[in-house]
Amino acid sequence: MSSSTDWPMWEVFVRSRRGLSHTHAGSLHAPDAEMALRNARDLYTRRNEGVSLWVVPSTAITASSPDEKDPFFESAADKPYRHPTFYEIPDGVKHL
Amino acid sequence: MTAVTTDAADGYEAVFDAAVAADERIEPRDWMPDAYRATLIRQMAQHAHSEIIGMQPEANWITRAPSLRRKAILIAKVQDEAGHGLYLYSAAETLGVSRDELLDKLHSGRQRYSSIFNYPTLTWADVGAIGWLVDGAAITNQVPLCRCSYGPYARAMVRVCKEESFHQRQGYELLLALSRGTPAQHEMAQDAVNRWWWPSLMMFGPPDDESAHSAQSMAWKIKRHSNDELRQRFVDICVPQAEALGLALPDPDLRWNEQRGHHDFGAIDWSEFQAVLKGNGPCNEQRLAQRRQAHEEGAWVREAATAYAEKHRHQPAAPDHPEAAQDQRSHVDRPTELQEATA
Amino acid sequence: MTTTANAAALALGDDALVLSHRLGEWAGHAPVLEEDVALANIALDLLGQARVLLSLVGDEDELAYLREERAFRNLQLVEQPNGDFAHTIARQLYFSVWQRLLYGQLASAEGALTGIAAKAVKEVEYHQDHAEQWTLRLGDGTTESHQRMQRAVDALWRFTGELFQPVEGLDIDWQALEAAWLTSLTATLERATLTVPVGPRAGGWAAGAGRQGLHTESFGRMLAEMQHLHRSHPGASW
Repeated sequence: MSSSTDWPMWEVFVRSRRGLSHTHAGSLHAPDAEMALRNARDLYTRRNEGVSLWVVPSTAITASSPDEKDPFFESAADKPYRHPTFYEIPDGVKHL
Repeated sequence: MTAVTTDAADGYEAVFDAAVAADERIEPRDWMPDAYRATLIRQMAQHAHSEIIGMQPEANWITRAPSLRRKAILIAKVQDEAGHGLYLYSAAETLGVSRDELLDKLHSGRQRYSSIFNYPTLTWADVGAIGWLVDGAAITNQVPLCRCSYGPYARAMVRVCKEESFHQRQGYELLLALSRGTPAQHEMAQDAVNRWWWPSLMMFGPPDDESAHSAQSMAWKIKRHSNDELRQRFVDICVPQAEALGLALPDPDLRWNEQRGHHDFGAIDWSEFQAVLKGNGPCNEQRLAQRRQAHEEGAWVREAATAYAEKHRHQPAAPDHPEAAQDQRSHVDRPTELQEATA
Repeated sequence: MTTTANAAALALGDDALVLSHRLGEWAGHAPVLEEDVALANIALDLLGQARVLLSLVGDEDELAYLREERAFRNLQLVEQPNGDFAHTIARQLYFSVWQRLLYGQLASAEGALTGIAAKAVKEVEYHQDHAEQWTLRLGDGTTESHQRMQRAVDALWRFTGELFQPVEGLDIDWQALEAAWLTSLTATLERATLTVPVGPRAGGWAAGAGRQGLHTESFGRMLAEMQHLHRSHPGASW
């Protein structure tokens, strides 16, 4: 009664209201996707926290390695011109 | 991680130390010292176990709750505790242990839960005293954990603390109704406070100079305040609350100390604490026995669900996007209703 | 509220009250923590329904705590002890399929219970779904779970005839309701590889008995536990 009862883990994503993306809420165990969805509903939306749920097997997630942190994200860090605050606009100019 | 050379490990450790020093969060895949990982697993497991063992003393009164309103509140509260246990087990699992492993350790007595739950709930007022004092002490302990250095633990605690805010208030309100009720009700409330006060103070753990793990946990920012500091904070909070309740705290030495700006309080009987910790509290056997029984009697149910999942593992073809193909996604009878449920 | 509307609210309120109490007994005993959460959700929904329905009739606490066993109007089905998880699921399946059909009809008709039924039917959809999902898993899971689930649906079958005894104050085509219930239930049981029980769904004694205040023996003990504290302090508020 040990390994056969060890249900797989699922990551839960909740859309808290219409217009927002699903965001990661946490994880849970369930024997299959249907039950994962139901358990997620009970566990993560007991207080009206959501209008829609995704459950994803935790094993299906591919993550970037923390060791690669610097090289992986470095090129983004040195392109400040991608951000609007990079540009100077004269005072008084609106709708920009 | 264990294969890295000493130099590399030193490098990792420096990164880890710098992150902790800068109040950054450590995330599951970051390098961390083995002892940090072990401490977190121990603490989070104990915390999760406490939530689920903690269901028992209160669930003891669900079927006897004296009004339907109180009954609904109590069911919701005990349900939250199961939920909090689940959040915490999940957070612990990010460190590479499984929930089943942790439950095995609980069931075999190799991991602990908070000793407070080894006291019995003898009257209805105990439900109130647990809410006010035990949850109050827990919240005092837990609020700083929302800033704990380990990300998943801190996030779980944010959720727990947010949900727990009603737990303490309902307990206080329950006691207030009793205190202002009939003489028999008032007496019931006072008796419960008499029995729960000292065990609640023990919840903060041994005095700082005798606490085995405190110093290292503080350095790692798993813990933010010392046991004695939190205990003092709790006493200071409770004194005026007890007055407003019209109930006495059972400590003849309790008085305001102008000089310290805090309340002085009497000596705690640590021999009782040690005895309960060693398994000689009033309910140690009973709590573990019930937990084991629920787990063992549930085995066939968990096995059935696993067997069913294996038989029906015919996943539909992967849709382009989960939102674009909702109705092909699963064999749920009413998928749209469930997914769009505003609950 | 008319007297007959009162009678209906009392019967349905008692169903919800008693079943929620039974589900509440599971707290801390469920086969897996996720089910502790799920069963509590259902218990809370039902308790909420009970409170609204009983409040239509009178003071909810007086009705719950100060009536004797013979004054309760709930179905015998809902008072049956939890048994193993399979029995709890079978009881929930029989009841929630019926409740969903009944409340669906009440919600779409004009009457004193329209609003309550409309809100409750959404909750009950979930209860039915929960019961069906578990019926499938237990029925079509392991040999042991299949046997347990079959035993449970068989054992509770004889309490299902009462579901279709007319309730005073409810204008319902009970025969049509029964046919719809059987269709839904048969489909679920067959998917779960279970056999639809044969045998009487009501004896001369059981048919409509709960609605007449005739209950099974375990109900008295359930009420004794539920009511003792409230009754020990007459007039106290909590």
